[in-house]
Amino acid sequence: MESVLGRYKNLIVLVCVLFAQVLGLAVQVKRTTDTESSRLIRIWAVDSVTPFEKVLNWMHNSSWNIWHNYFYLRGVRAENRGLKAEIERLRLEQIRLNEDAAQARRLQALFAFKEQFISQTKPAQVIGSSGSEQSRAIYIDKGESDGLKPDMAVITADGIVGKVLKVFHSTSQVLLIDDQSSGVGGILEKSRLQGIVRGTRSGEVVLEHIMSDNPVQPGEVVRTSGGDRIFPKGLPVGAVSQVASGPDLFLTIRVRPAANLSKLEEVLVVTKLVEQEPTQLESGSVRAADILAQRLPSVPDKPPAADPSKAGAGEAAKPSAPAASKPAKPAGVSNAPNTNAANPPKPDEKVPPRPQAQASPARAASPSSLGVGPTATAPSALKPATEKGPAPPPVKVVDPTPSAPKPKPAAPLANAPTPTQDGPQ
Amino acid sequence: MPITYTSGEQVEVYRFNWPITIGVPATALFLQAWLPRHLSFFAMLDLPLLVTIFFGISRRNPVSGLLTGSIIGVFQDALTSLPIGINGIAKTVVGYGASSLGVKLDVENAGARLLVTLVFCVAHKIVYFMVARGLVNLSMQWSWPHELWAAFINAIVGVFLFFALDRFKQRT
Repeated sequence: MESVLGRYKNLIVLVCVLFAQVLGLAVQVKRTTDTESSRLIRIWAVDSVTPFEKVLNWMHNSSWNIWHNYFYLRGVRAENRGLKAEIERLRLEQIRLNEDAAQARRLQALFAFKEQFISQTKPAQVIGSSGSEQSRAIYIDKGESDGLKPDMAVITADGIVGKVLKVFHSTSQVLLIDDQSSGVGGILEKSRLQGIVRGTRSGEVVLEHIMSDNPVQPGEVVRTSGGDRIFPKGLPVGAVSQVASGPDLFLTIRVRPAANLSKLEEVLVVTKLVEQEPTQLESGSVRAADILAQRLPSVPDKPPAADPSKAGAGEAAKPSAPAASKPAKPAGVSNAPNTNAANPPKPDEKVPPRPQAQASPARAASPSSLGVGPTATAPSALKPATEKGPAPPPVKVVDPTPSAPKPKPAAPLANAPTPTQDGPQ
Repeated sequence: MPITYTSGEQVEVYRFNWPITIGVPATALFLQAWLPRHLSFFAMLDLPLLVTIFFGISRRNPVSGLLTGSIIGVFQDALTSLPIGINGIAKTVVGYGASSLGVKLDVENAGARLLVTLVFCVAHKIVYFMVARGLVNLSMQWSWPHELWAAFINAIVGVFLFFALDRFKQRT
């Protein structure tokens, strides 16, 4: 017996070691939850590797910063000029987007939609990778001690990166979106088709579960849909790079990730998400007519002598107060016959000065972009804030260019505190 | 091909001191985790596997070789998001095979090392693939050109690495 053991000692040890590892694998595969028996080994491995990675990373960053901040300053002036021009362009863009966002918030508040907002993030530095083509994961230098937990979203300014998979004391493992075991709820920006963004075995990112009869164009942006309850809605995932018919009824859509997953340096971990109804920015007793006045294009005042038949009535309607104490006229509202019953002048009411129109230059150049045209009437949803009577007659606006095409009606103003809150019809 | 069949008495058996025994695999694991982030080409390399083969053919002790491969593989798995043991099993087999082969063959020259490393890299990939597909049910695809190319690159790097590590050998 002893001679047999001695003769096959190597083989017996090999079988024992292999059997132990197969057994360990079976236990891990059976346990689907992450309260794993192998956590201790992972902690040892990660704790023995990541301190060196942190040190090397620090040295690399320090030397790079010295080079970048002190020696590599060529072309900064030209870059500065370019950036200033970019800022100007972005400012104009921001004005337009602010108006659209405000309108979207008003509508969301009107319909009581709930929305997820990123309320807190934690910046982290990428210090290492899993070092395997089969497992696309990275390590960041923030962990449990920094408040990180599994399943937190990891993003960059360009787009989403992945989610926190395992959390250790001062480091965390992040599963990238191009790993084959990852899955993110995605939505195509234009067509609003929803699918699942997955990684493939070769490290590509694909959007799945889009039926083949749907038109999807390369270049279309893919954003998070929020359906996975990890990533808030609307974050950029990437752009469609290739569309092909799949083997079944679904399309094979390849997505080029917005974030450069192979060259990640710094990332943001979303540590807190709040779900709330969006609040209205403009609150208080804003008069519907004032809001309308902001949106109407300005028109020149008519000279008093232009309509001699109504001149007397016009004079009679004028209050006796001096001209200096008159409230400012809203841009775009004619001061000739006061047909605006929505805003009847009362002798004892002090009307605050109305704000001037704040449309962006782009909007100012195009009256139709305001949603209110020269001959447009106020929508029925607009009611005076101080009146509870029947709906007033529509506001008439003097048309300086009668040949202009008739534009679309005004967008409903949900933030006008009307007594009877009519939704958009 | 300069692989010569030798008797057990003809081959040299080497040993390594403890700092090298622990430090070289640890460095290989560290570089494997750190380098691919900066140079994606390094994701194709498997430095822990090369170290396993080197210790196996140098020590020429199957038990020592399989234990070295097992420990290195388990720690390599611990750094991935996959279950622990896939690399462990594959490297155990490679460690055992390398040390068993080292008993029978003289693999001290560059050509022999290139060929041996090439064969063991392919063998490692086959075992890894079988374990990943059969036991863990991972969806992996096998591509002969990719695997052979990766094995060849690893073998080239292995030749230089083995010569660098030869200076740490100590005759028994």
